[in-house]
Amino acid sequence: MITRHELTNIARNGLWKQNSSLVQLLGLCPLLAVTTNAVNGIMLSLATIIVMAVANIAVASLRNLIPHEIRIPVFILIVAALVTVVDLMFNANLHELYVVLGIFIPLIVTNCIVLARVEAFAAKNPPLHSTLDGIFMGLGMLWTLALLGGMRELLGAGTLFGGIDMVFPSLQPIQLLPESYPGFLLGLLPPGAFILLGCMIAWKNWMDARAAARARDKGNAPAAPAPATAA
Amino acid sequence: MIFAPSPFLLKDVSVSQVMTQVCVALIPGIAAYAWLVGPAILVQLVIATFAALFAEAAMLKLRGKPLALFLSDGSAIVTAWLIALTFPPLAPWWMVFTGTIFAIVFAKHLYGGLGQNPFNPAMVAFAVCIVSFPALMSQWPAVGLELRLVDQIDIIFGLAPRVDALTSATPLDAMKTALRMGDGNFDIAQLLANQDIYGNFAGRGWEWVAAGYLIGGLWLWHRRVISWQVPVAFIGSLTLISGALWLYNPAAFANPIFHLFSGGTLLGAFFIATDPVSGCTTPRGKLIFGAGAGLLAYIIRVFGGFPDGVAFAVLLMNLSAPVIDLLTQPAIFGMKGKK
Repeated sequence: MITRHELTNIARNGLWKQNSSLVQLLGLCPLLAVTTNAVNGIMLSLATIIVMAVANIAVASLRNLIPHEIRIPVFILIVAALVTVVDLMFNANLHELYVVLGIFIPLIVTNCIVLARVEAFAAKNPPLHSTLDGIFMGLGMLWTLALLGGMRELLGAGTLFGGIDMVFPSLQPIQLLPESYPGFLLGLLPPGAFILLGCMIAWKNWMDARAAARARDKGNAPAAPAPATAA
Repeated sequence: MIFAPSPFLLKDVSVSQVMTQVCVALIPGIAAYAWLVGPAILVQLVIATFAALFAEAAMLKLRGKPLALFLSDGSAIVTAWLIALTFPPLAPWWMVFTGTIFAIVFAKHLYGGLGQNPFNPAMVAFAVCIVSFPALMSQWPAVGLELRLVDQIDIIFGLAPRVDALTSATPLDAMKTALRMGDGNFDIAQLLANQDIYGNFAGRGWEWVAAGYLIGGLWLWHRRVISWQVPVAFIGSLTLISGALWLYNPAAFANPIFHLFSGGTLLGAFFIATDPVSGCTTPRGKLIFGAGAGLLAYIIRVFGGFPDGVAFAVLLMNLSAPVIDLLTQPAIFGMKGKK
C-alpha cells in the first residue's frame, strides 16, 4: 500500500512544490482564459481533477501492457475518452456553465498537465499512488485558479464568486466593493491574468526563499560550534 | 549588453540635469494647456507627481536602494508629468493616481528601475487606463467651457457629478466618429468648418498646446538633450502617409497639418519617442524607431478604435527597439566596407 511518507510527498508536490500553474507553468491556456472569476476556475479545475485521477488509474493499471513506442497515442486516447465523458456530464448537468467554459472543457485533452502527469508519474507508479497524484496535482491547480480568478474578478468587477448561481441556483455572487466601483478592466483582460500570475509566482518564490533561509539559519545554529571545538 | 555605438564621450550631464531640462521644456505646452482648460491640468500634475514620488519611494525602500539619490533624479517626475498631460484634464483623481502607480511599480521597478525598463512607463500607464476605463479616458472637456478652479477640483475629486455636457470627444475622435456615422455624407472640409471643435489648422485651442510642445521640443534639441533623428523621422513618416492619403482623397482623410497638431503627435515625437531608455540608441535605429512610431500612430488613430494611436505606436516600437539596435550597429571605426 502507500506509506505515510509517500502520501505527504505526493500531496506536497501537487499542492505546492511542483504546483502545475506556479512551478511547472503547464496548462496556462485554460488558466488565462477561464479565470475571469473564481467559479469558472474552480469548476474547470474540478473537471481536470476527475480526468487526471481516472486517467492516472487507467494508465497506471495498464502501464505494463502499453508498448513503450506508442505510449503517447494510447495515453491521449485514454484521456480523450475521459474528457468526452466529463464534457457530456457538464453539458447535461451544468449546461449554463458548460456554455461559459466552452471550448476549454474539450481542450482538457491537450492540457499539458494531464499528459505530463500520465507520462511522468502514472506510467511509472502503481495505481493508488497515481490516483492520489492526479487528485493532488488537480487540487494544486484548483487553489491557484480559484485565487487567480478571485483576484481578477475582485479587481475587474468588485465581485466574488460571480456566476455561482450557474452551479448552485440558490446562491448569489458576493458584491464586495460598492456598486460605484468603476472596475479595473485590466484585471479581466488577458494581460491582467499574466501580470497577476507573475505576481503569484513571485510570491511563491519569495515564500520558498524565506523558508529556505529560515531552515539554513536553524541548521547552522547548532552546527556552528562544532568546527570551533574541532579546531 | 550595451548597444550604444561609439564614440563614448564622457559628458558632464547627470540624470537629474536631463530630467530638469525635459520638465522645463514641457512648460510652454503646459502653459498653453492651462490657458485652454484652466487650472485642472495643474491639479492633475500635482496628483501625478505625488503618486509617482510615493510609488518610487516605496519601491526603492522595498528593493533596498538609496532613497535620496534616486528620488532626486527627477525621472519619476517626468513620467508623472507625461501621464498627467496625456490623460483627460478632468479625469477623476484615482485614475491618474492608479495609472502613475502602475507606471512606476510595474512598468519601471519590476523591470529593474531606471534604465532597465523596456517600455515607456508613461505610455504603459496610458495604455492600461484606456483599456481599463475606456469611457472615462475619452471624456475631454469641451473647449470654451468656463469652469472655476473650485468646480474643476470638485469634478476631479468626485465631489460634483460628472455631467455629460462637460465632456466631449477630442477633435481627432470627433472627426473619426463623424466620418463613420456620416457614412460618406460628410467630408473633411465640411467638418473642419465647425468652429466649435476645429480651429485654424487642427482642434480648436489644442493646436496651441501642440505648438507649445513643439517649442519645448525644439529647445530640447537645441540643448542636445534629444537628438534630431527620432522627432524628424516621427513627424516625417506621419506627414508622408497622411499627405499621401490626403492627396488621394481629401474628402475622407485630413491634411498632414491637422494630424501634426492633433492628439499626441508632437508630445510623442519630442518627449515620448525620444526616451533614451526604451527607444533605440544607434542613429539609424533612431530613424527607424521614429518612422515606425509615426506610421503606426497614424494607422491606429485613423483606422483603429482608439482616440489616438501615439501611445500604442510607441509601445509597439519599444518592443522592436532591441532588434532594431542589433541590426543597425554602425561599422567599427576603420572597418567600413570591410567584412
